[in-house]
Amino acid sequence: MRDSAPAAPFADPVPVQGESLERGSSLWRDAWLRLQKNRIALFGLWTFMLIAILCLGGPFFTGYSYESTEISLKASAPLERIVLRTEFRKVGEPRESYLALSSLEDEFLGRSPAERRAIKERVQNGNEFREGNAAYRLSNQRHVFGTDPLGRDLLTRALIGGRISLAVGFAATLVSIAIGVVWGAAAGFAGGKVDTVMMRFADILYALPFTVIVILLMVMFGRNFVLLFVAIGAVEWLNMSRIVRGQIIALKNQEFIEAAISLGLPAYRIMFRHLIPNVMGSIIIYTTLTVPNVMLLEAVLSFLGLGVQPPLSSWGVLIDEGSRTMETSPWLLFFPAVFFTLTLFSLNFLGDGLRDALDPKSSKD
Amino acid sequence: MIKVIAGRLLQLIPVLWIILTLTFFMTKIVPGGPFSAERQATPEVIAQLNAYYGLDKPVWQQYLGYLSKVVRFDFGPSYTYQSESVNEVIGRAFPISLQIGTLAFCIALVIGATAGVIAAVNKNKLLDYLPMSISMLGICLPTFVLGPIFALVFGLVLKLAPVSGWYGLNYVPLHPAVMPAVTLGLFYAAYIARLTRGGMLDILNQDFIRTARAKGVPEHEIILRHALRGGLLPVVAFLGPCFAGLISGSFVVEKVFNVPGLGQEFIKSVFNRDYPLILGTVVFFGALIVIFNLVSDVVQLLLDPRSRN
Repeated sequence: MRDSAPAAPFADPVPVQGESLERGSSLWRDAWLRLQKNRIALFGLWTFMLIAILCLGGPFFTGYSYESTEISLKASAPLERIVLRTEFRKVGEPRESYLALSSLEDEFLGRSPAERRAIKERVQNGNEFREGNAAYRLSNQRHVFGTDPLGRDLLTRALIGGRISLAVGFAATLVSIAIGVVWGAAAGFAGGKVDTVMMRFADILYALPFTVIVILLMVMFGRNFVLLFVAIGAVEWLNMSRIVRGQIIALKNQEFIEAAISLGLPAYRIMFRHLIPNVMGSIIIYTTLTVPNVMLLEAVLSFLGLGVQPPLSSWGVLIDEGSRTMETSPWLLFFPAVFFTLTLFSLNFLGDGLRDALDPKSSKD
Repeated sequence: MIKVIAGRLLQLIPVLWIILTLTFFMTKIVPGGPFSAERQATPEVIAQLNAYYGLDKPVWQQYLGYLSKVVRFDFGPSYTYQSESVNEVIGRAFPISLQIGTLAFCIALVIGATAGVIAAVNKNKLLDYLPMSISMLGICLPTFVLGPIFALVFGLVLKLAPVSGWYGLNYVPLHPAVMPAVTLGLFYAAYIARLTRGGMLDILNQDFIRTARAKGVPEHEIILRHALRGGLLPVVAFLGPCFAGLISGSFVVEKVFNVPGLGQEFIKSVFNRDYPLILGTVVFFGALIVIFNLVSDVVQLLLDPRSRN
């Protein structure tokens, strides 16, 4: 039996001198090499990393807060020039507010169309225009994705929303994996009556209307952020437990485990060196495929008004808001939808790629 | 076969009982009743309302009373619709959801299975990559993104279908069920396409297909008569969850297209804390899902002789 290096996905390709001369290729190294050949999966991996980094770090650099509103700005288009209006008052500091260049003409409805156009051009060319106690001039503020009807920066909101969506996606998946792996492994190891009872219980749960139950949980116990992913996690673990159970049962009786036992390997070594790594493949694949499902469920809940509550955003909330104003300001639907779809796309491609990479049987196709 | 069906039908009872009990006690342990939001009601009026609906009795009495009514298929009165019982609300709203769901189901099955078979037959060619990429896009473009886009394009721009609503929309060529059904159906078509491709590839690699080819059976006959029967098995197994998904997915499309179906009623009842309506719809959904799982199991048995024992 060849002794291979510790399992690590990014194992050093150069053999370490003196430790062992002949070094086998571990499951993880093989998988990593196979994954590197799969361009679509790699594309998914990098896209996902990029989106995750953007969502985590981006809100610090956009220069706007996700919740501060600018009512007069309304829904300005992406990259539209924005006019700064300064109102001088008798007492106190002058008041500053912003409005979109396209809505500047609406400020002077008392004047003729020609005059209004002239004012707009004047401001557009960088000159100041004064009217009564208000001054209008072009500001150098830009909103890359535009703003929502309350004048909030869409880019910041989309990135903050991404944080929430990803956090819910991963936290809920972790909950579901924890329950699923423990339940499935316990049932698989125990076998017999315990197995039957545990799996029959899972069967009954499987017949429950899930989305309905999550909706019920969300409404009954308040729209709490922690509850959101606990509720989603609590209904998503069934598939994981079935997969892990099936794998453990199949592995328990295989020759290489028998061989390991007859070689006198201690039980913990069989567990951690032979059983767990084999199941880990399925767990990782299924995790990558569960995250998009969970994110979808979160988005559905938020879309229905049952998930994350404003002013906090999530992609589901933003898509809901955007779909209401899509006639007049389609960018409010477009950008969150692109972010969301791209994330689901990359995770699904990555999951498919990992399945091909980690499951040697499927690589024949 | 009959034994299997009878066994599964018997399983339906404990499952429904669990759903009912869980939901019932969930509605009881949360603070706030259906009438606590009524501003102008005096305590006496609220006490009267509670007495009228039997909410002043101990919980276990309410539970047993409710259970004995449900056994007789009576879900009681609705709190929000004063003139309608829960049965009437379901009877009014469910046909709408059913129309959308059935149409979506047909769309999903026809498009999905066709695309999957085409992809499997042309494995690793353009006609494989093209439908599979589109189906991946379909999985990642959720109904609440696709729905508003369809409403915009087909409703507002092309004026082929109503943008929202259900009743009295005869001025457009398409029935109001079409756009919601297409939105919902395409999402599931994508899943079915992937399942069909996987199933067909498994079957096409098997010996009996090679034998059929060696005997000179024409290719289209091999695919349609020999491979399809086994290749569609994973799809059949998916039909149960698929139907469950069509129901839960209908929450979204019914909201997008503002259709007064059962999904909308359920969401509304949850917001209004209309407990009898919540319980009624949940049990109804549960029964539908269990029955559809049973149907998909029976179809699987009919298609696959190996799974009969």
